[in-house]
Amino acid sequence: MRTIDVSIITDNIKEMCIEANHFLSSDMKAALDCACIQEEAPLGKQILGQLQENLEIAGADMIPICQDTGMAVIFMEIGQDVHFTGGSLEEAIHEGVRRGYVDGYLRKSVVKDPIFRENTKDNTPAIIYYEMVPGETVKITVAPKGFGSENMSRVFMLKPADGIEGVKNAILTAVKDAGPNACPPMVVGVGIGGTFEKCALMAKKALTRPVNQHSEIPYVKELEEEMLTRINSLGIGPGGLGGSTTAFAVNINTYPTHIAGLPVAINICCHVNRHAVREI
Amino acid sequence: MDKYINVPLSDEDAAQLRAGDYVYLTGVIYTARDAAHKRMAETLEAGEALPLSLKQNVIYYMGPSPAREGRPIGSAGPTTSSRMDKYAPDLLDLGLKGMIGKGKRSPQVKDAVMRNGAVYFAAVGGAGALLSKSILSSEVIAYDDLGTEAIRRLEVKDFPVIVVMDSFGNNLYETAIKEYAKED
Repeated sequence: MRTIDVSIITDNIKEMCIEANHFLSSDMKAALDCACIQEEAPLGKQILGQLQENLEIAGADMIPICQDTGMAVIFMEIGQDVHFTGGSLEEAIHEGVRRGYVDGYLRKSVVKDPIFRENTKDNTPAIIYYEMVPGETVKITVAPKGFGSENMSRVFMLKPADGIEGVKNAILTAVKDAGPNACPPMVVGVGIGGTFEKCALMAKKALTRPVNQHSEIPYVKELEEEMLTRINSLGIGPGGLGGSTTAFAVNINTYPTHIAGLPVAINICCHVNRHAVREI
Repeated sequence: MDKYINVPLSDEDAAQLRAGDYVYLTGVIYTARDAAHKRMAETLEAGEALPLSLKQNVIYYMGPSPAREGRPIGSAGPTTSSRMDKYAPDLLDLGLKGMIGKGKRSPQVKDAVMRNGAVYFAAVGGAGALLSKSILSSEVIAYDDLGTEAIRRLEVKDFPVIVVMDSFGNNLYETAIKEYAKED
């Protein structure tokens, strides 16, 4: 058994909130560089160039890539042989977010109540998901999620008879409706199967998979490739102002489901698809 | 076509802008997003005066991240405009000349833009660090308690935007997508 003081979790999450909001992962940067070369539309090409420049400025001057520094979504994969000491793990995670957003000059975008809407002023609480895994390490993923694209996300409770064509239509419908609102080029996270909430969570987690890495399931990989091609044929383009780069990737996760159902969730992320990952 | 335009926006400048124009704005604009719009609507409903004159002015749908020491502002890109659709027609009828945001607008906003000879601009979403470089100063002029959602007066120099909806009813989102679509 391994003992970890929760203050270590706080310190790491603080740093990861700041890191994720100023630096994109190398796969996202590579996807943007590649799109800059391939984009057909002159205005689209110009916008992609601005996004490259934006990333450079963000890192060099420590200005968040986007002013919407998101609601902090945190995935904790905890080895079952880990024992946490020094206080509440949950509170330690919130404290890491609090320090990251306050000390890191990040925007505080969270309100206390969905109806009364008073800002909590420190971007807490975070949205936290725990998963128990074998071993004695802790893998933390911090994925700040902006709401321009979150608002365009969808869940469809399809019928089994709708089949794979129904799934394809659901994905295309969500992307078309999102259009310019979701700050394309997007990353499209998809969950297929499970239950209502399981498919939404799979879609969210799919966004944290590198954009150059396909599903290991052959038919899912094919579906990812086909949907990316079709999405990039819609014409939406960078900024929604026309072009051939509407999405960088379609990442799909699947799970067994009920005999009566075919849930599909599409979680759309803008081109600022942020996630910092650390293993402790 | 690239154009350099001063803000506040004159009727003549607004009238010559066309969907698809790439425009650099220099002068003064104001920020307001969800909460500030709600409060402005309540103020108007109560028959009271707004904290700023809308005449010829341009509102930027934006809530910045905090500024580091010695800088005018933090990251400062546009938010999704459609959330302000409920409020925009009334503000346009009161003299608002331009809006900067991102994303689609309602038919009611389109009508109000045409009726008032106004313009809807898009700034590049998710380019907040880059856009902050065109902002020279930022001052909260109203609703300070709203934090990032307060109304700010921004001095801008060559702030880059694209005309999406012009006063003739053209909409770049619709025409540009059609131009590049290979699948419906």
